[in-house]
Amino acid sequence: MHKPATNLAAKSATPHRIAQQDPAIVRWGLTLLAVLVLGVLVVIPTVNVFYQALAPGLRVYWDSLVADRDTRHAILLTLTVTPIAVGVNVIFGLVAAWTVARFRFPGRTVLISLIDLPFAVSPVVAGLTLVLIFGLQGYFGEWLREHNWKVIFATPGLILATSFVTLPFVARELIPVMEAIGADEEVAAVSLGARPWHLWWLVTLPNIKWALLYGVILCNARAMGEFGAVYVVSGHIAGKTDTMPLRIEKLFQEYNTPGSFAVASVLTSLALVTLVLKTLLERKTRNDLVAAAAEATAEGNA
Amino acid sequence: MSIVVHDISKRFGNFQALDNVSLTVAGGSLLALLGPSGSGKTTLLRVIAGLESPDAGTVHYEDEDVTHRAARDRNVGFVFQHYALFRHMTVFDNVAFGLRVRRRPRKEIRERVNELLHLVRLEGLEVRRPSQLSGGQRQRVALARALAIRPKVLLLDEPFGALDAKVRQELRAWLRRLHDEIHMTSVFVTHDQEEAFEVADHVVVMNQGRVEQVGTPQQIFDHPANPFVMDFLGNVNALSARVERGRAVLGDWQLDYPEYPHAESRQATLYVRPHELELERAPNGVPSLKAHVLRVNPTGSLAKVYLDIPDHGIAMNAEVSTARCAELELRAGDTVFVSPRRVRVFVPDAQAPEYVI
Repeated sequence: MHKPATNLAAKSATPHRIAQQDPAIVRWGLTLLAVLVLGVLVVIPTVNVFYQALAPGLRVYWDSLVADRDTRHAILLTLTVTPIAVGVNVIFGLVAAWTVARFRFPGRTVLISLIDLPFAVSPVVAGLTLVLIFGLQGYFGEWLREHNWKVIFATPGLILATSFVTLPFVARELIPVMEAIGADEEVAAVSLGARPWHLWWLVTLPNIKWALLYGVILCNARAMGEFGAVYVVSGHIAGKTDTMPLRIEKLFQEYNTPGSFAVASVLTSLALVTLVLKTLLERKTRNDLVAAAAEATAEGNA
Repeated sequence: MSIVVHDISKRFGNFQALDNVSLTVAGGSLLALLGPSGSGKTTLLRVIAGLESPDAGTVHYEDEDVTHRAARDRNVGFVFQHYALFRHMTVFDNVAFGLRVRRRPRKEIRERVNELLHLVRLEGLEVRRPSQLSGGQRQRVALARALAIRPKVLLLDEPFGALDAKVRQELRAWLRRLHDEIHMTSVFVTHDQEEAFEVADHVVVMNQGRVEQVGTPQQIFDHPANPFVMDFLGNVNALSARVERGRAVLGDWQLDYPEYPHAESRQATLYVRPHELELERAPNGVPSLKAHVLRVNPTGSLAKVYLDIPDHGIAMNAEVSTARCAELELRAGDTVFVSPRRVRVFVPDAQAPEYVI
């Protein structure tokens, strides 16, 4: 407590800073609390995942990832489902953002709220809803069985569940950026003779590309980690409908701790990569937004 | 190429933006659409450009009906109020955009862009981004971009609205010179009457979706068609008076107004421009009103004199030359006698404006 006190004394030359500053005990106390919480809840578990995975040795680690047929399939399945779900989200996100940012229509605010619905609904409930619609006893169950299409307990179900849960990511990133940028450049392009595809490739996409990529990365991370909704629709059939998170849980339940943590470490690594990319992109998109906002206020003042 | 707008109407919800507007822009001329905000001037410009489709009426370019032609096929140059430059492109790419989407050969594009950057005096800034340019430079890039496609008409929406006074003044003079060089049919929108009068060959005064008056700057300034135009041109004293038996009366001002010979007295408005007021130290036989000088404000060659006329509870501004001001030794608190050299009388419901004295 001694050091901060002398610090305070040294700063007494600038009284306004002291006025804004809380007492040393509060500052240090809060900082310590934050570090403690982060450490217990985030840092220790993350480090522990890698520790547990690698503790039995690299050989065991490698085997539990590659030698196990079901684990291999789970990784492959996740790498199949995720890109498709991300693709669905990009298309939906672009269409929704364009609609909301470029048009004014009755029910627009309702639509904006609806886009956020998957964030509010528990993934388990979302999964159950899908079973209710596409399951054997569901509304389309009969019809799907007649045409020999399997949705629930099969890959299409996993894709549907993952897409639903991650639906808002891309749209939520794009809407504020597109609203800040406005339609002026697009109108200008039209007046210069641009066709719709020119508009999209030469004007709109370059303006939103960082926000779009940011949304894709977030969506990708969430899609790979999705558990609840997928758990309900998959029926967790090993080697068939188990994705990585489901596989982790199953290995853990089977007391295969090294195997479970090995898969977990892959998922965590992907999350860490996502975090780095996200931080880099955040700077980019923020710059775009700040520039657009600065321009808007400059025009507003003029 | 001339533009003929015929009976255009446009509604936005409950708001009548344009109400049966007809207008002809002579080929090669520079026309200003002048009006307050909400007068429909920008909507009219956007209808001419094809960026807005009218509910009724037609737009012709020369003899060609383009009412239902898409903006991208009209070949017009449009300059937006806030530039609307492509923020992720360089100056060069911005100017080249219209040519690139038309798939012109690379060499032709380079030559044309260089030619235009020379025209707008922005050589050497090809690789800059819009965010690295000043407002005036951005507006010139926007102009170059619009001209690059060799448009048949050039349309400008409040082109200098977002610029500061000095740059605006320079660009105005420059736009006029540019127009004299390239003689392209041009229409620009402005709410600034000074700008309209300084730059345009013809001015269209608009209000509430209608055309109030069309004419050369001189015609409009000297013969405003109605009280709205008079008021909007600004810098005028509007005084409430009465008309009866061929006279307009405001205190001792007894002005001939033969258009209203009736005995029944009616409310009227007198419009007097500040520079058309005569100030005297003592009454000199001309009917005049007694006024107090509130403030004298020298502005270069003219002095603005703010007057209060206590007998009628009205205020007036007068403009006298600095020499005259010195001769009268005007000071705040002095008493002077005011008489008009020229007055316009408008009686509500009586259309034609008349001039007396």
